[in-house]
Amino acid sequence: MKRILIIGATSAIAEATARVFAARGDALVLAGRDTQQLSRIADDLKIRGAAQANTLELDANDFAKHESAIQQATDHLGGLDIALIAHGTLSNQSDCEKDFSLALKELNSNAISVMSLLTVLANRMQAQKSGQLAVIGSVAGDRGRPSNYVYGTAKAAVATFCEGLRARLYSHNVNVLLIKPGFVDTPMTAAFKKGPLWAKPDLIAKLIVRALDRRAAIIYTPSFWALIMLIIRSIPRPIFVRLKL
Amino acid sequence: MNLHGWGRYPIVDAQVTQVQREASALQLLENAQSKQQVLTPRGLGRSYGDSSLGDHVIDFSLQNRLINFNQESGLLECEAGTSLRDILNVFIPKGWFLPVTPGTQFVTVGGAIASDVHGKNHHLDGSFSQYIESFRILTGTNEVLECSADQRPDLFRATCGGMGLTGLILTAKLRLRPIKSSDILCRSIRAENLEQLIALFDEHVDSPYSVAWIDCLKGGAHLGRSILMLGEHAEDGPLQVAGDAGLTIPKLFPGELLNHTTISAFNTLYYHRSPKTMAAQRMSYRPYFYPLDSLNDWNRMYGRKGFVQYQFMIPKTSGANSMRKIIEAIAASGKGSFLAVLKTFGPGNNNDLSFPGEGWTLALDFRFDDGVLELLDRLDEMVLDVGGRVYLTKDARLKAQSFRRAYPNWEKFEATRARYGAHGRFASAQSLRLGLL
Repeated sequence: MKRILIIGATSAIAEATARVFAARGDALVLAGRDTQQLSRIADDLKIRGAAQANTLELDANDFAKHESAIQQATDHLGGLDIALIAHGTLSNQSDCEKDFSLALKELNSNAISVMSLLTVLANRMQAQKSGQLAVIGSVAGDRGRPSNYVYGTAKAAVATFCEGLRARLYSHNVNVLLIKPGFVDTPMTAAFKKGPLWAKPDLIAKLIVRALDRRAAIIYTPSFWALIMLIIRSIPRPIFVRLKL
Repeated sequence: MNLHGWGRYPIVDAQVTQVQREASALQLLENAQSKQQVLTPRGLGRSYGDSSLGDHVIDFSLQNRLINFNQESGLLECEAGTSLRDILNVFIPKGWFLPVTPGTQFVTVGGAIASDVHGKNHHLDGSFSQYIESFRILTGTNEVLECSADQRPDLFRATCGGMGLTGLILTAKLRLRPIKSSDILCRSIRAENLEQLIALFDEHVDSPYSVAWIDCLKGGAHLGRSILMLGEHAEDGPLQVAGDAGLTIPKLFPGELLNHTTISAFNTLYYHRSPKTMAAQRMSYRPYFYPLDSLNDWNRMYGRKGFVQYQFMIPKTSGANSMRKIIEAIAASGKGSFLAVLKTFGPGNNNDLSFPGEGWTLALDFRFDDGVLELLDRLDEMVLDVGGRVYLTKDARLKAQSFRRAYPNWEKFEATRARYGAHGRFASAQSLRLGLL
């Protein structure tokens, strides 16, 4: 049985992942803003086999509360083996271009809050000399594209932060897993036209748990995105700037 | 986006909105009202025709949480988008099974209520809605109403089998069935013709599950040659969830591979492969109840034009001969497929539009080809003339006047919809075709 904290637990990917944990009998704390929805999810996870499922009210942008929230979660669980950070918003690029205060808000939600939480979690896991941190990044962080570079900037910042943190924690037996989903069919992406590249949250969840089991460092989900992003990263700049990606 | 049912015909351009929580369903309904949009609820899209298609489709497949479970009584409360597969996966290890299950696990509880689905045990146990203790539904009056056979029975009877036209089902309480094993003991018996098959059904009326595969291409003395498959839950053995599907039918599968010659050959092989009678065989619940679930996207087998499934029932009082005449017409057309299934129904229930009723039902696929619609219109006439009806969950083409003849309670159904404000709020491509506005 693993003791697992999930931050942003109402997101579709987080919920699907929590179900895989629950079926294995893990103990869970679900953190997020919508406490009503969190307790609905907690009830579901208990019926599905979770050893425990507690809820914890947390606004990720309230940095001052991070330390105490993580302490509380650790108390609930009697320790902490895995933390999955899954909260986030899909920024509206054109609004962010018109008004930088919106861009700042997006960067706070998708990057700065993640770094703050990771800092608190990393210090605890380093001290206990065990554990895994899993963070939902995005393929959008691999290259700045005109259609969503604010969101992409946040995810790129998280990726670099994870890279450094992983190296720092390596000798302390703590793993940092960065998950880079491609297109996932969730309420967050409801406005998009779906095609053959789109995946369901259930599949992403299975891949996340498998990656945790083998203590992977970075995964693209589904894995064909590694190839797509390899191609996108290798497009020469003079061509890339002309593409309206 | 382009949206279709399981038959891949018809295809409509729909705006699809996913609902993940109850509050957003209510908000969505209010927004739709102010924009005068008509909503069509959809689960996993396994109804064959156009009953989950419309301009504004509400996708409930992520509204799928388990709410409460009583390990003593087996009463499960869950959200309407919970799939039957999910229920089996969680509750088989605890010793519980679905009270009634259709031929696929990829159906939501909400969809199973709206279609009032039946299974291989209908002759003894009736249909899905008879195991629904209650449900909560969001109606066109923007209220969440609790419904059961005793509480608002009019809305309950209109909603069960009501094809999603009375409102948005949010949660339901379902009575599960205790099992000692996830294995099924299955026995096959060969019948040389329809009369023999019907006699066999009567002889084995006590068998908990029964269904027959029937060769609808064969006429004359062998008309109705078939294999009756009986099943019951094993009394001992594992409580084990079956693994996931293996094969996937590719996107551009050439539908022409399924033609009269290949299907005819398949049917002959299949029939003769099975011995005249067989001792009981033990198998997992999955190959018994969901043989096609192991073939992902099997609906692509009929090619790009898609297919229509036709399922009808004939009342027992009209006699087996009326079933014979219809099979003769199908055999003469040469268009039937190898997936033809016949079973006996027990007494129906008093829902307004539920399909089952005491008699026999036959379901078969037709690749979407020239002349199929005309053939089905002719079959409709034959079915209606003997007091039978056509299953709306499989339907993509029934005419409004035929629907009214088949479902004489349609006026009662419409009156109930009116009382709960459904008109102009909930409809589907199918309901508009059938004259239910």
